[in-house]
This record gives sequence, structure tokens and C-alpha cells, in this order.
Amino acid sequence: MAEPQKRAPRLVALCMLGCLLFNYPILALFNVPGTLFGIPILYAYIFIAWALLIVLMALTVERGGD
Amino acid sequence: MLQGWVIVGISFAYLGLLFAVAYYADQRADAGRSVIANPYVYSLSLAVYMTAWTFYGSVGRAASDGIGFLPIYIGPTLMIALWWIVLRKMLRIAKENRITSLADFIASRYGKSALLGGVVTVILVIGIVPYIALQLKAISHTFTILLHYPDIVMPATDAALPVLQDTAFWVAMILAAFTILFGTRHLYAAEHHEGMVAAIAFESLVKLLAFLAVGIFVTFGMFNGFGDIFARAAADEQLRPLLTPLEGVAGSYASWVWLTVLSMLAIMFLPRQFQMAVIENKDERHLKHAIWLFPLYMLAINLFVLPIAFGGRLHFPDGTVDADTFVLTLPMAERQELLALLVFIGGLSAATGMVIVESIALSTMVCNDLVMPVLLRLKRLRLSERPDLTRLLLAIRRWTIVLVILLGYLYFRVAGGAYALVAIGLISFAAVAQFAPAALGGIFWKAGTRRGALGGLLAGFGVWLYTLMLPAFARSGWLPLSLLEHGPFGIELLKPQALFGLAGLDQITHAMIWSMIANVGLYVSLSLFGTQSAAERRQAAAFVDVFRSESGGRRFWRGTASARELHSLLARFVGGAAADEAFAQHARASGRRWPDEDLVADAEFVHFVETQLAGAIGAASAHIMVAAVAKEEELTPDKVSELLDEASQVIVYSHRLEQQSRELEAASAELRAANERLKELDRLKDDFISTITHELRTPLTSIRAFSEILLADPKVDLAERKKFLGIITRETERLTRLINQALDLAKIESGRAEWRIAHVDVRDIVNEAMAQMSQVFKDKAVALAPQLPAGAATVAVDADRLLQVLLNLLSNALKFSPAKHGRVEVVVRQTDAAVRVDVRDNGPGVRAEDMPFIFDKFRQFGDTLTAKPAGTGLGLHISRQIIEHFGGRLWVESRFGEGACFSFTLPVAAAPAAAQDRTEA
Repeated sequence: MAEPQKRAPRLVALCMLGCLLFNYPILALFNVPGTLFGIPILYAYIFIAWALLIVLMALTVERGGD
Repeated sequence: MLQGWVIVGISFAYLGLLFAVAYYADQRADAGRSVIANPYVYSLSLAVYMTAWTFYGSVGRAASDGIGFLPIYIGPTLMIALWWIVLRKMLRIAKENRITSLADFIASRYGKSALLGGVVTVILVIGIVPYIALQLKAISHTFTILLHYPDIVMPATDAALPVLQDTAFWVAMILAAFTILFGTRHLYAAEHHEGMVAAIAFESLVKLLAFLAVGIFVTFGMFNGFGDIFARAAADEQLRPLLTPLEGVAGSYASWVWLTVLSMLAIMFLPRQFQMAVIENKDERHLKHAIWLFPLYMLAINLFVLPIAFGGRLHFPDGTVDADTFVLTLPMAERQELLALLVFIGGLSAATGMVIVESIALSTMVCNDLVMPVLLRLKRLRLSERPDLTRLLLAIRRWTIVLVILLGYLYFRVAGGAYALVAIGLISFAAVAQFAPAALGGIFWKAGTRRGALGGLLAGFGVWLYTLMLPAFARSGWLPLSLLEHGPFGIELLKPQALFGLAGLDQITHAMIWSMIANVGLYVSLSLFGTQSAAERRQAAAFVDVFRSESGGRRFWRGTASARELHSLLARFVGGAAADEAFAQHARASGRRWPDEDLVADAEFVHFVETQLAGAIGAASAHIMVAAVAKEEELTPDKVSELLDEASQVIVYSHRLEQQSRELEAASAELRAANERLKELDRLKDDFISTITHELRTPLTSIRAFSEILLADPKVDLAERKKFLGIITRETERLTRLINQALDLAKIESGRAEWRIAHVDVRDIVNEAMAQMSQVFKDKAVALAPQLPAGAATVAVDADRLLQVLLNLLSNALKFSPAKHGRVEVVVRQTDAAVRVDVRDNGPGVRAEDMPFIFDKFRQFGDTLTAKPAGTGLGLHISRQIIEHFGGRLWVESRFGEGACFSFTLPVAAAPAAAQDRTEA
């Protein structure tokens, strides 16, 4: 059980993680030719990272009651 | 075949369906069973963010630069992670202050400034107009394209058509009418439009489904899945750069970052987002779920953007088809009639949703923060005397909606052709981003001032006008293009798109950098170097500390207002029944009565009315109206010091009162004690008199009895006669002694006794007393054993009185000593400070329960019932009085059956030398 007091700092941390993931230089690492399951690496990376972020946000807010 | 009338018919049917949804939700809301009070509807209603711009424009942008459209959705996702901190606070503030719009929010924060509210409103109207133009463009273009089905024909430049033949004009008119029906059928309390929210949530579902449908069709119908599309794109020479677009076709990382920041701010401050997220929110807890549901929606609607964009580029390689229309033209090219129609309806959903919410939000702002404050200030209109202003409010809002949408149309005619959809949308984003410093600073930074907010907003907006709007007008031919190429008056440094020589950036990044520098810079510096008025400070604290001051806090308010006047004021704006209900509710909550003619409103009450009114006409207008009725006194420094003076005076008074009451208490306690003592003395006096008369009667009775015998019988023989006369004499003596002692006691107690104090040797007095008593001791055969010190024991006393004490103690000891073998010891000892005398007998002793009373008046112990008392009952009492007068102490130690020892001490005389002299003499 995550206590609700920690929800705010966790979400801030997720926001910062997002800022890191969707920014130079991490983004530049994936800005290369090539595919992952047939999808260009950059696109695959962005959508996977985005989905991951949403899942983490959902876990953060939905655990630990109000 | 898709005839024009079929498309129009279906469109109207769809709008009708929306209206039905809204009507149903309104009915449910009135019945108290809200359909929108759940996190899913809340999240879907937030998806009003996805407009026709998303629906058509994302694909258009993706077709030219790959992922340039994504920051517009990733930014909000990042911002939403912060919503738990930022938006929750804004929600709470909006609920407590009954905020009705973004302009209201900012105006309210900075001291309910009508000027600031007006400025925000103007900026928003100007900033949002291009965005509305974009929706009109999207609807009219897609309608025109669909009309040519199955041919794919790009519409001609609209400027060529006369207004009345222009589809966009009719679209604008229909949307205006529809919006008026939605948002201004009647005045909504605190701007809660339940029906509209339900309709928007429904639209969000429709556009998502339509987009997913076309996405799936393109990806899996026209191509063989994602891999196929991307493989073919990679094989295409022209499309290959789009696969690694950063630092290439999609611009630099800097513009990626700025676009992300811009979208983060837009999701908070676009009027429609603020309306949906803050004003229409039913429950703070919905936010918790929306935090991931809404980003999920954004992710879903973006999944197929890239496949459709690449599919379009592959399908129409020659570039004759506008990429903004791929979503529609791809199904058309494949002869998917129904799918094309669904796409059109989806686009219509996205566009109408945006126009409806945006223009309702703008109309609320224009009405509450622009028009009403001005109208209310115009004394000539006598607006404040009209009984019912609700119709006026509605009329203002309806006309504002028409005006705003017409402005959008005008912009579309003037500048619409020059830009792609995405570029137009970003111009609006950059405009609303100007509110971020004032709004975010306002809820976290107490020191932000009205002047700072105003300065920052105006400067940021000025830069926005110069760097984004000016070029737009220049490109559309309204202004000379040389302005862009060489700067105004040929000054290169002032070129709108390369201000101060900052070149090489895309125009949005360029505009954001300069406008944010101007905005934040002025906001912070003017705030730091300026001062806040009392009203600003109060509002700043109410906003920043909203989670701390749940109770509402104290209100500094001085003035007078009658509740009746306030009621009629509220009734004018919200209607009589609603005002009645609000008043009754507040009266119940605060334990007062309503209606009550004489009720004088206090600060809390005035604040309540102002908040209610703010829900209808905004904080700034409400403040003006209430101020007119309540005649609030301005809090000047003089007033404040006056208040302080009053307060400190009150404190002084209360201190004084406290002290006086303490003194009174002490005095009354003393009085009570004195009264008790008096009562006690009175009782003692009564006791004394009754006792002494009783004591006097005993000897008198016996004297009288024997006298009568002698008188009546003269023949009584001599011996008898002698015996009787002896008794009479003894009883007379006793009577005399009693009277003497009583007089003595009275004298001592009243302090009128004469004392002849001299230095005497206690041994002399003891010897004297023993000498006087020796005969009676011999008579009773009781031994008298003195034990005297060798040296003189000198004290300063009245010798006769001390003798009296000793005689008394000795006769008392004798009285209780048994005859024949009785023994009385008299011991005199001298210590440093005192002379102590003990008189000890071997009689029966004193019973423990009698000890405390033995020195009381008329206490006689021993067998008082059988034996006739031998003493007067005053001796010990008088003795103690005497000893205490000399500064000594008299007490008794005894155990019943083992004799008693009466002891007294006397202080040693202060001048022993003189005493020595005297003894020697």
C-alpha cells in the first residue's frame, strides 16, 4: 500500500522521468535507421516509453486509496 | 453517391443526437442523478483537447516531418503527471471562490482586478480566434472534398467565393446557433453545463472511434500492417528522412523541447481545457483517474497517425492531395463511402466540440470580465437598479458567441489560406501560454502582484502579436511582406521572425523564447519591486494557502450592509428563487434566521453573497456590485493603525477588568471571612453570657437556700449556723472570684487590661505561688516538688499576672491530684531564648478528645456530672491569654490515666543586665 502523501512526489518524479525520456540526448540514441518488429526504432521507442509512463502513472494514482 | 443533402442531413442528424444527449444529461442533472459525475466522462470531456487539428492536422504534419506532431500530446502527458499538485490546487481554489473562467481565476487572484480580467479576456479572444478559424476551415474543406466523392478534388482558395456561397460561413452560423442552444439556454449556477459536458464526452468517443476505424482500415486494409507501411516508406527515397526525423525534417531538439513546453502550458490554459478540467469538474477525486485515462486516450488517438501519414504519402506520391486531408481522402480513394462519412462525422465531432466549449468559455469571460464590469460602472445605464439582469446576461453571452465565431470566420477568410492546420493551432497555443506565469505563479507564489501579472501578460502578448500575428497578416497580404524580410522601417534587428538577430529557429520557438523572457521577466521583476494592496494580499493568501485555510479563515472587512439589500442584489442576477434558497441555506448553516428584516450582514455573510454572485457574473463584477451595496471601507494604512489602536485598547481594558475582578474577588473573600468571624464572635458572646449567668446562678442558689434556712428557723443551733454561714461565705467568695475573672477576661480580650511590665525572676514568682498554695496542698496531703535552676531566669512580664497564671495551674493540678499520694512537680528551665515552666500532676490526665478544648472558656472536665465543679472554668483560658500577651505559649501534654503536664514558655528578657540589677536590689 502506497500512502497517499507520497503520491505527489512520485508523480513529480514520473514527470521528470518523462522529461528525460522524451528529450535530448536519450531521444538522439533512438534517432537512427533500423526497425523493431518492422517499426522504425524512434517511433517504437516513443510509443513504448509513452505507454510505460502512462502505466506508471496509473499504478501511482490507483494504489493506496484516496 | 454522397449527395450534398445527404451529408448535410446526416450532419444535422448527428448534431441533433448531440443535443439529445445534452438534453438527457441536463434532465438527469436536474433530477439529481448526474451522468457526468464519474471519472470516465470527466476524462472523455478533457479530450476536447483533440480538435479537428488533431483529427486532420496531425497526419498532415506527420506526412511532412515524421514525429513533429507528437510533442503536442507528450507535453500534456508530462503536465498531467503534475496535475495532482497543480490542477488539484486550481480545482480547490475554483470551488472555494466559485471561479467561472480563466479570466476570472487570474483576476480573482490579483485582488479581483477588473482590469486584469478584461485584459485576459481580450488576449484570449484574439488568441483563440485563429484556432476557431482552423475548425471552420477543417469542416468546410472536408465537406467540400466529400461533396466531390468519388473524385478527389482539393477545394479552391475560399477567398474567391462570395460570403453567402462560402460553406465555411454557413458552418460558422450553424455552429453559433448550436452553441447558443447548448450553452446559454439559461444561466447555469457557477457555469456548470452538465448537458454540454455529456455531449462533449460523447463526441470524444465518436472521434476516437472514427479515427481508429480509418487507421485500422489504412493499416490493415490498404496495407499489410505497420511493418508493410514502414518497409515501403523506408524503400522510398523521399520518405526515408521521415524515419529519423530529429535534427532533420522535424526540426532541432530545441523546437521539439519548446513544442513540448508549449503543449504543457496549453493543456492547462486553453479556455476549453480550463472550462472542462476546472470549471465543469464535479469531484476532485475524478482527477485521480483522469491522470492516466486522459493520456491513454491521447496515446490511442495517435497510434495510427504515422501509418495514415505514410500511407497517404505512398498512395498519393505526386503531392496533389493536401496531407491534412489524408484521413478523409484515403477512404475516398478506396471507395469506402460509409467510412468516409464516418470520418467526416468524426472530424465534425472534433471541430464542433472545440467550438462549442471554447466559445462558451469565451462568452462567459467576455460577459463577466469585459462587458459587465464596464456596464456596471456606467452610472447612466442605471443597471444596478434593474430588477432582473439574468436576461441581459444571457443576451450578452449569446451575442458574444456569435461574435467570436464570426471573428474566427473572418480570420479564416483573411489568413486561413496561408497556413497549414498545425501552424494555426500553434499560434493559439503560444497565446494561451502567456497566462502560465500569472496563473501558476499566482497559486504558488504569494508575492506575485497585480501590476506584475498585468505587465507580464501585456508584454508577452505584445511579443506574440509582433512575432506571430504580424507575419500571419503579412503573408495573407494585409501588410507588406517587406516587413518580414527587412524589418519595420528597414531595421533588420526588429524583423518579427528574427527579433534582435535571433535567427535559425522555427517561428514558434522564436516567439516563445522572446515572449516568455518578456512575460516572466516583467511578472517577476514588477512583483519583486512593487507592493501589494490589502485586497491582493488577501487573495494571494487565499489562493496559495487554499489547502491550509479550509475553514475559510478570517475576513478583514469593515462596513455595513443590510441582508435585504444583498438579497435583492443576488436575486437580480441569479433569480429570486435561487437567491432565497442560497440565503436560507447560509442562514441555516450559520445559525441565523432568514427572512429577517433587521439582519445586518457581517463580513462572513457579505463574502458569502459575493461568492454566490461571482458564480454568476465573475469575481471582478461581483466585487463591484457587492461593494456598491455593502459600502466596504477601504483599508488604508490609517485604517489599519486605527484598527490596531482599537485592538490594543481593548486588550488594555480587558487587562484592567481582569485585575479589577481579581481585586474584587479578594475583597469579597476578606469580607466573607470577616463576616464569618463576626458571626462566630456573636455566637461566642451569646454562649459567654448564657454560660456566665448559669455559673453565677449556682453559687447564688446555694447562698439563697442557706440564707432562707437561717431566716426561717431561728432555732438552728450554733454549730449548724456556723456551718451554713461558712458555706454562704465560700459561695460568696466564689461568686466574687467568678465576677473578677469575668471582668478580667473582658479586660484582657478587649485590650483594656493594665499591664505593669517589669523584669522579674521566674523563680521568685514560682516560690511566691508555692508559698501561697502550701497550706491547701498540705490540707489535701499532696506533695509539691519544685525544681528550680541555679541562676536567675529573668523575663519581662507583669509579676502579678504571672503569679495568677502559676496559682491557676497549681490549683488546677491540685484539683485533679489524688488525695494522700498526689504529687505535683514544678520545673523551671532556662534555654537560650526562653524560660520554660512545667507543672506536672499525677492525676487522671486529659482525655484525647478534650485536649483541643481544654483552654476554652467555661470548659470543665472531670466528673462534671457527679461532682460539683471546683473551678470557674475561666482560669486556663485567662492563663493562656496572659502568657500569649507576654509573647509566650501555654500548652498541655497528657495521656489519659497518666497525669497531665501544663507547660508554658516565656521569652528571655532583652536586657538581662538590668534584670540582674533588679534581682540584686
